[in-house]
Amino acid sequence: MFFNEEFETLPREALEALQLKRLKAMVARVEKSVPFYKEALAKAGVSSDSIKTLADLQRLPFTYKQDMRDSYPYNLFAVPMEDIVRIHASSGTTGKPTVVGYTRKDIETWSELMARSFVAAGVHKGDIIHNSYGYGLFTGGLGAHYGAERLGASVIPMSGGNTKKQIMIMQDFGSTVLTCTPSYSLFMAEAAKEEGIDFRDLKLRVGIFGAEPWSEEMRRDIETKLNLSAVDIYGLSEIMGPGVAIECCEAKKGLHVWEDHFIPEIINPETCEVLPEGQMGELVITTITKEGIPLIRYRTRDITSITYEPCVCGRTHARIARMSGRSDDMLIIRGVNVFPSQIEAILMGVEGVEPHYVLIVERKDNLDTLEVQVEVGENIFSDEIKHLQALSVKIEKQIKEMLGVTCRVRLVEPKSITRSEGKAKRVIDNRNKA
Amino acid sequence: MHVEQISIFIENKFGRLAEVTRILGDAGVNIRTLSLADTSDFGILRLIVNDTEKARNVLKERGFTVSKTEVVAVEIPDRPGGLADILQVLDADGINVEYMYAFVERCGENAVMIFRFDETQKAITTLTGKSFNVLPGERLYSM
Repeated sequence: MFFNEEFETLPREALEALQLKRLKAMVARVEKSVPFYKEALAKAGVSSDSIKTLADLQRLPFTYKQDMRDSYPYNLFAVPMEDIVRIHASSGTTGKPTVVGYTRKDIETWSELMARSFVAAGVHKGDIIHNSYGYGLFTGGLGAHYGAERLGASVIPMSGGNTKKQIMIMQDFGSTVLTCTPSYSLFMAEAAKEEGIDFRDLKLRVGIFGAEPWSEEMRRDIETKLNLSAVDIYGLSEIMGPGVAIECCEAKKGLHVWEDHFIPEIINPETCEVLPEGQMGELVITTITKEGIPLIRYRTRDITSITYEPCVCGRTHARIARMSGRSDDMLIIRGVNVFPSQIEAILMGVEGVEPHYVLIVERKDNLDTLEVQVEVGENIFSDEIKHLQALSVKIEKQIKEMLGVTCRVRLVEPKSITRSEGKAKRVIDNRNKA
Repeated sequence: MHVEQISIFIENKFGRLAEVTRILGDAGVNIRTLSLADTSDFGILRLIVNDTEKARNVLKERGFTVSKTEVVAVEIPDRPGGLADILQVLDADGINVEYMYAFVERCGENAVMIFRFDETQKAITTLTGKSFNVLPGERLYSM
């Protein structure tokens, strides 16, 4: 089943011709309207006219997350503000988020690609989609929502949290499709069990899980415990939001990148050379139809590989493998992106706290937990318990407010955090060890 | 009239309390009394010792976070209502007790309580004004 059969099954040659045409047009737009790109392209000695083949993409400069931060909030927008109909943002390393803007056409494109993704996952009109992705600045909730409406399915805008209510609604409303992070789906199933509700008895048929890395083992676990077909979805707000790539339910082997809108490349993150099909490297994406904030060769920092082999589902779009890690130190905690430097910045803002901390990430009952260990030096020590507890609560609150992630602060003795030469070991991620 | 107390931050980990007391013992510091306040993660060990400076230095050398606090030692008649009388006097003057604990030795017929007040000086004035016997540090360290 397809949502847009013509484009989803476009023969490779026609697809690449379309990509080239759209790439040239996008570069022509940004060299005119975005000073940042005008400068970067001139520096690289490339212009839209000098792009003759898709291989010329490799001559274009990269765009980094830092470039987006430096352009805060609107300096990378390629259209005037009156053409922007939606603004989203993802958390940034120093409290300033990364901002993206969408034109009406961008929202239409996003809705279509998300609708395509739903259909690829096995969802159709008549399905009741229980959308537990967060609504708000985060792109997950609204992205899935618009796609569901575009498809013509019934969408329940649940957003995250309030697990008991989620379960009740899912049971009473007869939800057939669940969209959330993979870990939250398992958490809900466990929570339901305690209420005497077996997820396997619910009407759920398809689960579309993303916003955090997961494994084949976890898929099997989810499919058994929730009795549904689980597919992986990929997206990032800088590029669009959810629906950049999706697994098809026919193969469940790699995620189709919607290549008529995005050109994916895999590069060696150290040398920046483009890697051949099948090799693991960093995913780089160029948006070729976006109007609000088009990005050239955006460094996603996600590690994967790509294949152009034909897929049993009939889609001609390339597939990327499950994300297997990051080429930077970003953590994904319950779907929220967290950089250790963000936590450091918050700690440094608390009077007397020294820059000795460790982040311990674990998965308990299928839910990520973050513990922030902070050394108690003389500056923050008190002979009264209440002062130390107030300090912990203050840090926990600030992290929650600024990063949107719940954590537990643990006060530890000085020097108990290992000092190492060079780069300190700031993060202990125990999630994949179990 | 106040008494010096040292407070030590201790993680709730096996053997930490033993280590602190061993360090003090090896340095020849005698613990006069102590109290331990604890949470699930950490504890605060409060000590009155015969040599505050020495205790503080040896613990700091070993990497512990130590602070010095002024507390007040008060003689309390060892009879029912003895402690209540004192607390009532403090309460009447709006003085808060942050925490308190007992001294192990008696002072003649009386028990001795150690108080940590939010306003130390005011508490001492109130107590002496009501004829309670506030013990000086030197007396305590050598008891």
